[in-house]
Amino acid sequence: MKPVVEVENLSKLYRLGGIGASSLRESLETLLGKKKTGPAPGASDARSGSDPNSFWALKDVSFSVNPGEVVGILGRNGAGKSTLLKILSRITEPTSGRAILRGRVVSLLEVGTGFHPELTGRENIFLNGAILGMKRAEIAAKFDEIVEFSEVGKFIDTPVKRYSSGMFVRLAFAVAAHLEPEILLIDEVLAVGDAGFQKKCLGKMDEVASQHGRTVFFVSHNIAAVSALCDNVILIEGGRCVMRDVPSKVISHYFSSILPEDQASDGQIFWSGDAKAPGNAEVSLRGLKLCGSAGVPQSTFEADEPFSVEIYFEIKQRLRGARFNLSFSTLEGEIAFVATDHIYQFENLEPGEYRSVCQVPGKLLNRRKYRVGLHFGIPGDRMLIDQADYLEVTIGGVGNQATIFPDQAWPGIVCPKIEWQVERFSGAFQPSKVG
Amino acid sequence: MRGMAEVKAPPNYEIVIEPSRGWFRLRWDELWEYRDLLVILVQRDFISRYKQTLLGPLWHVLQPVVMTIVFAIVFGRIAGIPTDGIPTPLFYLCGLLAWNYFAQNITAGGATFISNAHIFGKVYFPRLIVPLSIVAANLVAFFLQTIPFALFFIYYKVTGDHAPEVQLTWRLLLLPLPLLHIAVLSLGISLLMSASTAKYRDLVHLNQFIIQLWMFATPIIYPISKIPEHWKWLIWANPMSVPVEAFRYILLGRGSLQVSEIVISVLVAIVSLFAGIAAFQKVEKTVVDSL
Repeated sequence: MKPVVEVENLSKLYRLGGIGASSLRESLETLLGKKKTGPAPGASDARSGSDPNSFWALKDVSFSVNPGEVVGILGRNGAGKSTLLKILSRITEPTSGRAILRGRVVSLLEVGTGFHPELTGRENIFLNGAILGMKRAEIAAKFDEIVEFSEVGKFIDTPVKRYSSGMFVRLAFAVAAHLEPEILLIDEVLAVGDAGFQKKCLGKMDEVASQHGRTVFFVSHNIAAVSALCDNVILIEGGRCVMRDVPSKVISHYFSSILPEDQASDGQIFWSGDAKAPGNAEVSLRGLKLCGSAGVPQSTFEADEPFSVEIYFEIKQRLRGARFNLSFSTLEGEIAFVATDHIYQFENLEPGEYRSVCQVPGKLLNRRKYRVGLHFGIPGDRMLIDQADYLEVTIGGVGNQATIFPDQAWPGIVCPKIEWQVERFSGAFQPSKVG
Repeated sequence: MRGMAEVKAPPNYEIVIEPSRGWFRLRWDELWEYRDLLVILVQRDFISRYKQTLLGPLWHVLQPVVMTIVFAIVFGRIAGIPTDGIPTPLFYLCGLLAWNYFAQNITAGGATFISNAHIFGKVYFPRLIVPLSIVAANLVAFFLQTIPFALFFIYYKVTGDHAPEVQLTWRLLLLPLPLLHIAVLSLGISLLMSASTAKYRDLVHLNQFIIQLWMFATPIIYPISKIPEHWKWLIWANPMSVPVEAFRYILLGRGSLQVSEIVISVLVAIVSLFAGIAAFQKVEKTVVDSL
């Protein structure tokens, strides 16, 4: 079987600084040599091109994809994921290399592209569908399904400018979900809408791939969705394709590569200067430490042993209502639990240095590795320190459930100690009378 | 499977993505493939411009009338520029009919990349569809503008003052020809303008200025007969002169046109279209990177 997507040495060079030379005057000055275009800062790494004002957003990327595969694309911001998707969507041309796509392609880099506020839901379905490459007859045949999926039913003849944002997103995704291309390129579109609808969208995507044999490219920061949906994952770093494997392997490699290295030793991380410390003008995170009963930082704990997470931070400007959310998640990105210091935190944080300590009980976690992450913010107002994972912790020992298979993980994200009682029973096997 | 509208791509349907070579590569098949989008964009334009507001359609009727009144006072009365014996309102309205279609096309079409930057950055379709849809959608405005012309025409017909000029003849059947001429020329110009404004944003203002000046270089407020013989070549160097003059000839029976002038003007329109497509395509392939 021929691969449905073949990418060979795809590269894209971007010009920095004077991208597009947006003013005629600038361009003339450059031409006449009056204006020196110096090298852009930070461009002098492996990604810079021969011209100091250019850099390779994508360099020699090659891979192929078979029909029906769902391929995830992972990478940090700026790694080149979006550039790859834009080239495959034909929004921009590569600088060199080539890609062959065998089949109709639809790219969803956003939901609701081209929606016009004055037009009704019905008219926008046709407009959006046509922009995405559908024929009028195809849209008409799918129309009822789209309306049903979108749950906007009776508002279908109302101009979309009167829709709530939720309705707008649902309608937009419904159109996209009912396209039937051989190749579907999706970028972060699932980051919109409420949780219930997101779930419905993921289900629809899964159906598109597994039942209709479509090939799907899926770029997302939703690691759980990537690992649930994708057959394999391409990891992009610095414009290059560095790894292609099953989701679990790539995801754990991805996480190990984004852990900060600044003085991170076993069980603790401290930032020396403001420049590096996470935070902003109002707060900066100074350190994070995991301690057991011995009071020294460590990164391995027994499953039945409690330990504490100590957060050191500095307040630079008075804050009201700010709080930490501390998260424990698996290497695959699934959250085990989130704890907040909300009710313990100062109502008003005056400038100064602080420590917030979370006691993680023993007999709770499973025997596996977790990532410890946090964010700091004022709910409903603003985020002060974005969510990020800083430390890894390994839970070992005999575990809270079984001792028979010491090498095998017990299923579950957590594994709390549960009390049982087993005894001989001499009564009758019959339902208890209620009331 | 219910409601499946499986439109299978042909078995060896292949899209090859690579840096493009050559300076002219018009994909007719692809444009044809997206014909439904063209129709829907024209409908979108029509609905958003005319459905929601009363003033939208009314504007297209009033604008040429107001312009005609201003022209009649400033150029007719004050400056005393004659109108070749044609009733003044009909003379101006006829010129404006041709000119407004042209001006609206290049004003909207010339900003194709700038006003569609967002969509172009998110989804692929043949970019040429957008300026094509503008040229098609503006035909609606053109037909709205024929209303004041028709009303004045009927008025002069009924009052019978200028019987020889106000006469509908078989020539009316020729009207689609200069209209097509304007469509081709304005498409070419708008492609050139959108390619240049995408690269140099400040040219937008220059283009506005060019459109205004261009009108005065076109025989709309003055008849060609009043141009001194040794300046006439300047008028014919303007590719809009022939279609405007053709409009007058067809609708009012007055106008001086020679075959050589028509041939040259048509050739200029075709050349500008091809040059426009080439420039547009050169810009479209990476324009998203700089928008």
